[in-house]
Amino acid sequence: MIDATVQLGETVIALLGSELFPRGWEHYLLGGLFIGLGTAIIYAATAIPAGASTFLESTLSYASRLRRFQQPRFVSSRDWRVVFTVGIVAGAAGYSVVAGEFVWLTDVQPWRLFVGGILIGVGTRIGKGCTSGHGVCGVGSGSRTSILNVAVFMLVAIGVAQLLFAMGVRP
Amino acid sequence: MSDPTGDGALEETDDRGSDQHPLFLPVVFLGGVVFGAGLAVSQMARPEIVLEFLQFRDLGLVFVMGGAAVVVGITVFGLVNSGRRAPLTGDPYRRRLKSMDRNVLVGGGIFGVGWGLSGICPGAAYASLGIGNVIILYGIAGMFLGAYLQGYLRELTAETLEPAVAD
Repeated sequence: MIDATVQLGETVIALLGSELFPRGWEHYLLGGLFIGLGTAIIYAATAIPAGASTFLESTLSYASRLRRFQQPRFVSSRDWRVVFTVGIVAGAAGYSVVAGEFVWLTDVQPWRLFVGGILIGVGTRIGKGCTSGHGVCGVGSGSRTSILNVAVFMLVAIGVAQLLFAMGVRP
Repeated sequence: MSDPTGDGALEETDDRGSDQHPLFLPVVFLGGVVFGAGLAVSQMARPEIVLEFLQFRDLGLVFVMGGAAVVVGITVFGLVNSGRRAPLTGDPYRRRLKSMDRNVLVGGGIFGVGWGLSGICPGAAYASLGIGNVIILYGIAGMFLGAYLQGYLRELTAETLEPAVAD
């Protein structure tokens, strides 16, 4: 009885594994742990829960005189946010060179990147965060606001991506 | 004191100056490098992988966000309960909590449309540039334009509604 249950369990896991994770899951988990570790290093040293999207506004404060972008919270954090972002680019570059994946180009159409980018820029600023601010720092902090924000953007994104796929838009 | 931007600015805990400690910027850079390497290792820097997750063709992203949130969760709760202060800023450790209002839902919805359309998000887009994907510059340009538009419109509305507001 127990043997049969274990066997059934193993079969289900194997089936789910090949169906749901066609590329395996180990590198996804490893990458996630690194993303968390990078955030944790900054938080442990400075108490700052760093997100990636405030960089947009804080960097605009160098160029725009709009009072909106000249708020102290953007001006005082803009230098370290540039350093953080340059670090992200450098870290990804370092890995891709070592792994021999450097100069990989996406097949997603430029108009989708551009229009999607505009919506992302508007949405993160209205919604107070993105996949790293809400999704990693907020969810990691047990913030109900962040969990709700993540649930909303996840459901909407799934709907849009499925719809496009059904309409034959590739990739 | 009021909240001039109306978006919970007073709760921000990530607005400190960057020059208190000589190790501040090096540590932020190191954190960014590890963060960016993680985005590259997890392949989340490739919009195709994100889109396949959203289309339920490869659910690996669950492990990326889950793994990252667990590491951050353990760190945040451990440090908040330690009662200590951060060595490089002297600031107390706090959880990242933002106020709940309709904007959180509206913003999340708009972000979701953009994410589902393109497969990119801010952090992953910077990392994508790092793996040599120069085409992502269309997306990054769009994000800056979107953030600017939102700030511009917000300022226009603020001036119409409260013409006498102090800077």
